[in-house]
This record gives sequence, structure tokens and C-alpha cells, in this order.
Amino acid sequence: MTRELWKGNEAIAEAAVRAGLEAYFGYPITPQTEVLEYLSRRMPELGRTFVQAESELGAINMVYGAACAGVRVMSSSSSPGVSLMMEGMSYIAGTEIPAVVVNVMRGGPGLGNIAPSQADYNQAVHGGGHGDYHNIVLAPASVQEAIDLMVLSFDLAEKYRTICMMIMDGSVGQMMEPARMPEMQPVNRRDWEWAANGRMGKRERRFLTSIYLDPVVEEQTNLRLLQRWMHIQEDEARYKEYFLDDAEFVVIGFGTAGRVALSAVRAARTQGIKVGLLRPVTVSPFPDKVIDELVKRVTRFLVVEMNTGQMLEDVRLSVKGRVPVEFYGRLGGVVPFPDEVLSEIKRMTSSNMSLESNPRNEWFERMKGHN
Amino acid sequence: MVTTASNNLVYERPAGFTDTPTHYCPGCTHGVAHRLIAEVLEEMGVIDKTIGVAPVGCAVFAYNYFDTDFVEAPHGRAPAMATGIKRVMPDRIVFSYQGDGDLASIGMGEIVHTAARGENITVIFINNANYGMTGGQMAPTTLPGMKTTSSPNGRDVETQGYPIRMSEMLATLDGAGYVVRRSLHDPKNIRLAKKAIRMAFETQVRGLGFSLIELLSTCPTNWGMTPVDSLKFVEQHMVPAFPLGDYKIAAGVAQIKV
Repeated sequence: MTRELWKGNEAIAEAAVRAGLEAYFGYPITPQTEVLEYLSRRMPELGRTFVQAESELGAINMVYGAACAGVRVMSSSSSPGVSLMMEGMSYIAGTEIPAVVVNVMRGGPGLGNIAPSQADYNQAVHGGGHGDYHNIVLAPASVQEAIDLMVLSFDLAEKYRTICMMIMDGSVGQMMEPARMPEMQPVNRRDWEWAANGRMGKRERRFLTSIYLDPVVEEQTNLRLLQRWMHIQEDEARYKEYFLDDAEFVVIGFGTAGRVALSAVRAARTQGIKVGLLRPVTVSPFPDKVIDELVKRVTRFLVVEMNTGQMLEDVRLSVKGRVPVEFYGRLGGVVPFPDEVLSEIKRMTSSNMSLESNPRNEWFERMKGHN
Repeated sequence: MVTTASNNLVYERPAGFTDTPTHYCPGCTHGVAHRLIAEVLEEMGVIDKTIGVAPVGCAVFAYNYFDTDFVEAPHGRAPAMATGIKRVMPDRIVFSYQGDGDLASIGMGEIVHTAARGENITVIFINNANYGMTGGQMAPTTLPGMKTTSSPNGRDVETQGYPIRMSEMLATLDGAGYVVRRSLHDPKNIRLAKKAIRMAFETQVRGLGFSLIELLSTCPTNWGMTPVDSLKFVEQHMVPAFPLGDYKIAAGVAQIKV
């Protein structure tokens, strides 16, 4: 298929359709609304289900219902709307059924703004809803990658009977780029061995629930979720690496921050700085093994994010204090420029920040000079 | 000639039920409502293609009793879940079973919009004027002056507002095909309730829109009454506040003969 110019939000909508999406339930919120608008036209013309819900609460619970029936289903929203979905996502996690949710992140907390942000990393990666569960979380940095990960998200959700989230900041959702769409897959409704889709003369009744009144049974349920998560950690961590072979310094960033950092790394390379980039594609499971390997041969890390250092904590857990980790963040909807990151890379090469220093505090002190 | 018990059988578990002892309190009318649903599903021959949606509340374990597929919704969200199920499997029979806290308080948004969209689902709405599962707190349907654990001096409408009449409200929506209120306080009314449940499911089978049966019910444990006194309370106090009747019977539904 040839490359076409696609807007990020419309691209993921079409990609989901081509991945066999059977039902979409959503609610308008900027900067995600084009997903809803696109599918309001596209789904009915294919005879598939589209419902504009009364709220994100309604939307995620419609997803929950359709997911119980065993169909490919998704919703999408942006930060404040995703907060409303957390109740339903916890139930979906507790019921151990597959569902896909996209968060086109904007500035927060609260109503925030509609500019690109990565401030929902912790919500997506470290919970969000109540209870002990993990989501698979994918973080694309381009329209093409968003398309590819959209398709992958359904496969991962079904393979592990889990929620697969895609977090992309508003700029990936809003920008247009040339991209290649996958071939159209036919809808393939599976009669899953767990689906509550009616007995239909074939089997005993089934029920899907997330209530386990007996604490011992709930403990077993939590352990089962953990076991599944451990398999996911083992098999599904994905990342992209750039210029790492001979790197002495490593920048780590996901999504748009990672993409901006790549421009900075390229510029630094032209100036002879041995710096590379690690861009996690799955921020959950976090690609800690590759960081563990890098620690053995690099001298310093720089984490770049569009938040106050949320992934930073996961990097520090992976580095385990063996080499210094520095941080640079822009937030509230501000996107860093490559020049800023390049300055940080240069600063890093002669930095004397110790292993004991707190990278967030050091960055915060430096930021005071900026604003 | 051998006589077996079945020759004289006048009452047995309906096919729509599993063989599970009830967890409901003695005298509670949830059991009656469950049985009526199971009988209707059996009589219509749709047990095999029915999917129920249980609420949060005393009926959270409804899925233990019905011999159909079931899912268990977050508090108040049963109509949204039912929407999701019915939209992707329109040939299945989908119903939610919800109490007054679930449906008329935390789930007000979901029930109103599900009715407004005219979703072809059936809702069984149990109105017993309190939050049963959490121990008898004030509900949106608690009567003025009625004592609950969160209105210990009786519901004061000046500070705690007025009861909500859901059937009357939902009947105003064009998407609603069949909305009625019945009561479970005596055999005659139970028979009328069963007929209404049948009508609601027939409405769904015919694709005539949203259907809801509100059932005035008892909560002897939290009301602090005997089962018999509870039934009298429904007749004497609930029925006047929540009048029985047909609030919406769409033109197509009126043609249904059961």
C-alpha cells in the first residue's frame, strides 16, 4: 500500500477498523475528538457498532459489556476523560478480559489545557484505577508507529486478556504525516472460551465478574494477574535504539519527547558527542533489561519527558544507582525543542552530578533560570 | 400404577434458575422478582440466549441464581454494559437488574441515556427505598420522614431532597417503549408484575425500544420490620408515593398480546 497523508487521530481510527474493530464507544474531548468523528462515519458504513456515549463513564462500561461478549472493542479519550474511565478499567482488569483504550494526552492536572503532554504516564503505567493490576501501555512517536501499535494493541489485549492502552500526546494525534495503512483484516469474531455471549445450546452458563468476596480467592486472583504480568514483562517489552553501539551517554525518552530527543542526538553526533537514544515503545512493560545492559558500558543517562519526571523513576529503578541519571522536562503542554535537549546533552557530557544527587531537584533548580 | 411425586407437583424451581440456595434475607422480595424473571425467560424459551447484567447492591450475586450467561457491572453502570452487549449481539436477550441506589442515584446518567437512545434492553428496577447491601442508608427513593441509617431522624426534604419517581421520568423519553410500575406486596400484584415482565421482554424481542419494570419491594432487615409488616408498609406507604401504573406503552407495544 502506498503512503498517504494521515492525521494521527484519524490514522489510528482507520488502523483500528482495519484490525477488525467491531465496536467503538466514545465521548468528545480535545485533542482526541477526531477518532470519535472518524468512526462515527466509518463504523456504520461497515455495519459495525458506533455509539457516542453520555460520558466517559458510559463509554468505558459499554466497552466493558462488549468486551465481555468477546468482540474487538475500544474507546479513546484524553486525560480528563481517561480519569473518568479508570473505574471501568479497573473492573475490566479484575474481570480479565481484553479491551483497548487510547489516551491522547493533554496538559493537566484538572481541566489543564489541550496542548500535548505526557503527564498521564504514571496513571497509565502505575495503575490509575483501584486495585493491583497492570496495563500494557504503548507509546508511539509518529503517525506510522501509532498505526502499527494500534493494530498490535488488539492482539496483545486478546493474547493476555488484559487492557492495552496506547498513550500518545496531543501532537501525535493532531499532526499529519505520510504513513502506510495495513491491509484490511476481516472481522473475525472469536467464540472465546471465556466470553459471556449466550449459551446458545452449546454449553453451560458463564458469568464474568470482578468480585471475589473470599479474600483467599481474591489473593489467588491477584497472584494470577501478577503471573500473567510477569509473562508480559518477559516477552513484550519493546523499544527503539539509535546510535547506542558506541554511545558513552544515553538519552531516554518516549513518544514525542523521544522523537525530539532523536533530533538533538543527531545534532550532537555531528558535533562528535558519543550519545545515543533509547526510546521505549512499551512504557509498560518497561524495557528495563536493555537499560541494565547499557549501564555496564555507558557513563550517564539523560531522561527527557513532557512531565516532571514520571518515567524517570522507572529509569532510576532500572539503573539501580550504578551511573548518574539526569533529567530534563517541559510540561503543562510545552514541547521541548531539539536545541534545548542538545544543550542538555552538552551539559551532561561535562556534568559532575553525583550518584547521590536527585535529578528532579537539580533540573528544577536549572529551570528557575529559564522561566 | 406407580405414583411419583411429579404427578402431584404444583411448584418447582423454574428452568431459568440454578440449584443455588439464596443469600437474600428472609422475607425479602428479591427472590420473588428473580423467580418471575426466570419463569418468563422459560416461558418465552429464551434462557439459552439471554445475558443478564447484575448491579452493585444486594443483587450483586444475581448471576449465581439464573441459568443464563451473566456479567457483573460497576455500581450504576449496568445499562451501559447492557448497551455494549446488546449492540454487538442484537439477537440476544439482554437485561439488567438494578436497585434504587444503583439505578436512581449513581447510575442516573446511564439509565436516562440508555432509555433516550431507545436501547433494546430490559431493566428490572427494584425499588425498596433504601441501600440494602450497605445496611440501609437513605436512597433517592426513600420516603419523606422515613428513618434510615443516614437519615436517622427521618428523611428531611428540606435538607435531603425529595424521592425520585423514575418510571414517570423515564416515560417522558421517546426512546422508551414500555415503562411500568408494579408491586410485589401480594399475590395479585405479583401476578400483574409477572405479566409486565413478560411484556417488557416481548418489547425487547420485537425491537420496540427500551423497557423497564419498576417493582416496589421490601427490605425487612433494614426497615426493621417483619416480612408481613414490610408487605403492609409497601401497600400503605410505598404505593401512595409511587403509584402503580403504565407510564409508557408505545403504540407498537400496545399491539402485543401475551
